[in-house]
Amino acid sequence: MNEYMQLYMAFLRIGLLTFGGGLAMLPMLKYELVEKKKWITEEDLLDCYAIGQCTPGIIAVNTATYVGYKRKGIAGGIVSTLGMVTPSLVIITLVAICLQAFIENVWVQHALMGVRAVVCALMLNTVLTLAKKSLKNAFCAAVCAAAFALAMFVDIPTVCIVLLAGAAGILLYSVGGKKQ
Amino acid sequence: MNGKLIFLLFWEFMKIGLFAVGGGPATLPYLMDLTEKFDWYTMEDLTNMIAISESTPGPLGLNMATYAGFHTLGVFGGAVATLGLVFPSVVVIILIAKFLEDFNENKYVQGAFAGIRPAVTALIASAVYGVCKVSLFVETETGYVPAVKTIVLCAVVFALLQVKKLQKYHPALWLLFAVIVGIVFRF
Repeated sequence: MNEYMQLYMAFLRIGLLTFGGGLAMLPMLKYELVEKKKWITEEDLLDCYAIGQCTPGIIAVNTATYVGYKRKGIAGGIVSTLGMVTPSLVIITLVAICLQAFIENVWVQHALMGVRAVVCALMLNTVLTLAKKSLKNAFCAAVCAAAFALAMFVDIPTVCIVLLAGAAGILLYSVGGKKQ
Repeated sequence: MNGKLIFLLFWEFMKIGLFAVGGGPATLPYLMDLTEKFDWYTMEDLTNMIAISESTPGPLGLNMATYAGFHTLGVFGGAVATLGLVFPSVVVIILIAKFLEDFNENKYVQGAFAGIRPAVTALIASAVYGVCKVSLFVETETGYVPAVKTIVLCAVVFALLQVKKLQKYHPALWLLFAVIVGIVFRF
């Protein structure tokens, strides 16, 4: 099997076996890339994970592109990314087709109403966890409050809020010299 | 096949890929923006999407893109939206890997992300508010009326999620529990 095929298959397996993405993916990445294939070291993996987290886009995809690029250049990055997206494309399409066929059924409707309640609970929990992690000082709390107010009450594109927050961060930490 | 719609789908998801920093949940505010801008899917569809993404393999953001695209333009739409979402990642990461050896150490990058992280939390919170509003309340002619059964189930599960021992259970198990409760109590 040539190396492009190996990259594709490795990331296809990772995509197939991780639920939820993000942090949940780290053990799988470590097993496939560091222990099994020995393509990168554990330090490399943590570095690329950090880059994946603070660059735009889905963390899993960013990591796949980074590792693929380091192994086999631009084509490697593209092949790895395609491997990562394949399971999502296939599985979600199948689920969506099934759901479309049954959505009018009254029992499916009852089930979906229950599911909605739990989705709310799970998402509220995600927000709580994120808030605990990201609200470390007064500046963070202020940015968070301002962004929330803008998102809720002002008709402003989400992108602008992100850009404003980034600018505030640069002014305070990079130009102002405040320690993080 | 509508060429303009295909391009629009790719374009909108490419923007999400470009501006959603922090992975999966960070795509949520943008996906919600799309319900206001286009009639591709509704807030209810979005809630179903979250449930499906949480209980199937693969990163949340990718699953959401595939599902949203499918809703809009079938199987082909799913592929277009997904490719749109990953396109900026591939370009940005390759550029960073090529030119910026220590991107993470750069003080401007660090400063910007110190500002963006708490804002992303706020954006996700505001999107979750929207999801809760359509899920826990029923829209009637006189306005939003609380759906009591749904609110109780949500509150119970949220309380249970705060128990350390229960946190290790996979979201899919909670959703299975929801399916059973929904059917038994005829939500």
